[in-house]
Amino acid sequence: MVQKLETLLETPSQTAGPYVHIGCIPSFAGLEGVYPEDLGLRAIEEGAKGEVITITGSIYDGTGWAMRDAMMESWQADAAGLFPGRAGADPKVIGFCRFAADKDSGEFTLTTVKPGATPTRAGGLQAPHIALWIVARGINIGLQTRIYFEDEDNTSDPVLSRIEQRNRVDTLLAKKTGAGQYRFDIHLQGAQETVFLDL
Amino acid sequence: MSEHPPRYRDQGPLIPRNRAAHPVPYDPDYKTSVARSPQQPLLSMESTLSEETGPRFGHSTLGPLDNNLILNHSKDPARPAMGERILMHGRVLDETGRPVPQTLVEIWQANAGGRYRHVKDGYLAPLDPNFGGCGRTLTDDNGYYEFLTIRPGAYPWPNRGNDWRPMHIHISVFGHSFGQRLITQMYFEGDPLINRCPIAATVKSRSQLDRLVAPLDMAKARPLDFLAYKFDIVLRGRRQTMFENRMEGL
Repeated sequence: MVQKLETLLETPSQTAGPYVHIGCIPSFAGLEGVYPEDLGLRAIEEGAKGEVITITGSIYDGTGWAMRDAMMESWQADAAGLFPGRAGADPKVIGFCRFAADKDSGEFTLTTVKPGATPTRAGGLQAPHIALWIVARGINIGLQTRIYFEDEDNTSDPVLSRIEQRNRVDTLLAKKTGAGQYRFDIHLQGAQETVFLDL
Repeated sequence: MSEHPPRYRDQGPLIPRNRAAHPVPYDPDYKTSVARSPQQPLLSMESTLSEETGPRFGHSTLGPLDNNLILNHSKDPARPAMGERILMHGRVLDETGRPVPQTLVEIWQANAGGRYRHVKDGYLAPLDPNFGGCGRTLTDDNGYYEFLTIRPGAYPWPNRGNDWRPMHIHISVFGHSFGQRLITQMYFEGDPLINRCPIAATVKSRSQLDRLVAPLDMAKARPLDFLAYKFDIVLRGRRQTMFENRMEGL
């Protein structure tokens, strides 16, 4: 026998299911009036500093079908690289946003400011990115990934640098489609499978 | 949104996630998971500020009936939701055993007949005009939370020939950092459908699945009013040792 460890195991995840909207964004489910408004409706308030951008995309399952029932959450720093709640952070940047794939087209849209680079524990910098968490029916534990930007210097980012198959780095880069417009598609499986993270 | 003071001290990285504590992503018995589970390995590394920080929600976000699903849809004490009245309660802790105070817990569920109030749910059972099916609350300073609701009904779903979901309540918890984010489901002690459910069965460790089953808790039940079920939740913790660097810049 040895001494007993006190560490607890994490509660197991379960799929968010097809009706995740009821709990997280009830107006999307057609459920009005319980809350004044859905939580996480917007990532920024009017007047946020920095470049306001719109990121559009779809989440494709292994058959190439754009999922109609996924929900996403994003979390990010402000334009100066400070996370909301920290001293000096832009009070107009909420940083957290909830959005869903459209019921008909499967497309999602996130409007926010482009984040700044953020420090690492080792004293380096992470390239500008938005953390993303994806849940849906059929996803048994929420998927973590990141949106980086193809028009930023990503060369020394510690996460991107760890991707062995360099051809997969591209799956984390939002593509510029116009002024302040980006496209970010997510593939759950297949040759273009998005790099999902465990961190 | 933020009613809490900013945190400057490096509390250490998140403890790496023990994936064996969780369901398998791919399970042919849960058919939708087949095309929705990544096939490549996840990229594992130490957490960063993006996972170690997260949104905070204050009491100003919440309304007084938000954690009372019996009344929060009708908002009228004379028109409560139909069904078996229950108190769902418990604590949110992290892996180190510390309570997680002031964190947002959201729930959603079917009504007593097993029907969700969602544009996509067309099950035969009727909607209850007095039941919405969502609730939310903040844990108190000791990590406790409570919801007053009704016991949801079991319902059939298209998967294998005749699959039924056991009675369950969906739960979403934030913790204090984005990397702690968790969605799970609470099942009810004694429900024979748990052992027939392919979604519950995605959790391969029996002892871990048992942690999703809430026991009847008569000590919290109120005579002549409601039964109670206890559901404690454990989120990821932080690794902090005396040898850990404490970077002021973080």
